[in-house]
Amino acid sequence: MFFQESTPDTSGYMIAGYTVAFIVMALYVASIYLRTRNLRQDMNLLEEMEETAPPVQIAAKNIPMKKPARSENHRSGKPVTKRSRKK
Amino acid sequence: MQPKPLALKILDIAAIIVLGIATYMALNAPLERVMGEVQKVFYFHVGTAWTALLGFILGGVFSVIYLITKNLKWDKFQVAAIEVSLVFFLITIMLGSIWARPAWNTWWTWDPRLTTAAITELIYAAYFMLRQGIDDPDRRARFGAVYALVGALSAPITFFAIRLFRTIHPVVIGGTNPEADGGFSMTPDMLSAFFFALFAFSVIFIDLFWNRIRLGDLQEKVEQLKLKVSM
Repeated sequence: MFFQESTPDTSGYMIAGYTVAFIVMALYVASIYLRTRNLRQDMNLLEEMEETAPPVQIAAKNIPMKKPARSENHRSGKPVTKRSRKK
Repeated sequence: MQPKPLALKILDIAAIIVLGIATYMALNAPLERVMGEVQKVFYFHVGTAWTALLGFILGGVFSVIYLITKNLKWDKFQVAAIEVSLVFFLITIMLGSIWARPAWNTWWTWDPRLTTAAITELIYAAYFMLRQGIDDPDRRARFGAVYALVGALSAPITFFAIRLFRTIHPVVIGGTNPEADGGFSMTPDMLSAFFFALFAFSVIFIDLFWNRIRLGDLQEKVEQLKLKVSM
């Protein structure tokens, strides 16, 4: 490139560069928007659960607690820690 | 969650406007004789690199403040600064690679500047992986702060790589003879497009940083609510 006399046509690379820059920025802005929307949905759901939680807890007092089996813990997707294994 | 403050709404609009103006100025800047149109990616390349490296250093500063005060607010600031910088630095690397193809006849070479830039990007990608693996917020913040503090050292190393080592990367700003380094001298129109791009990306960085802090606040509230509901 540096030894040629006429200016080379590199407009394709320029367009590619600006396209990449705008796409990455747009994706990041979209990710912020989507994460905010999902967290707001989670917050609304949790607030609803918090409001309905006390009666559920009272009812639960009468039901004997069953210790979850190890396999249940695995199936529910909860992390299996050393402490949970000891139980 | 609190509604978006008016100042942030104004900043959102200002960021879009300055990005539009920066693009217009960059595309209408004089044509560089040797490289042609592809040289115009330089304005965004340096603009994003400047904000990204500054953001990584800011992340390091917030880490120090967090480690001293133990206030989780600084952890949120640190995450926000590093996340926005990571995105900007990815743009920097991709634009550099696109420029390198016609200029160096290769998309990538293990030049000191490119290598240090790739390492910096990977260090901060690993930072988010580290945070993902820790559930306890205090422990996550402490580990993150120490990691970000050490990681911040990579930003000045990347910046000075072209001045300290033998490299094919041009030293356009502050170089003794840009043309000799494979770079170019800037005309006044090029300089105004360049400085406006620096300003524009600084405004965009502040806007995204503020929005990311708000997202961090929301994440914290949801985490607290989850704990409250599960108890």
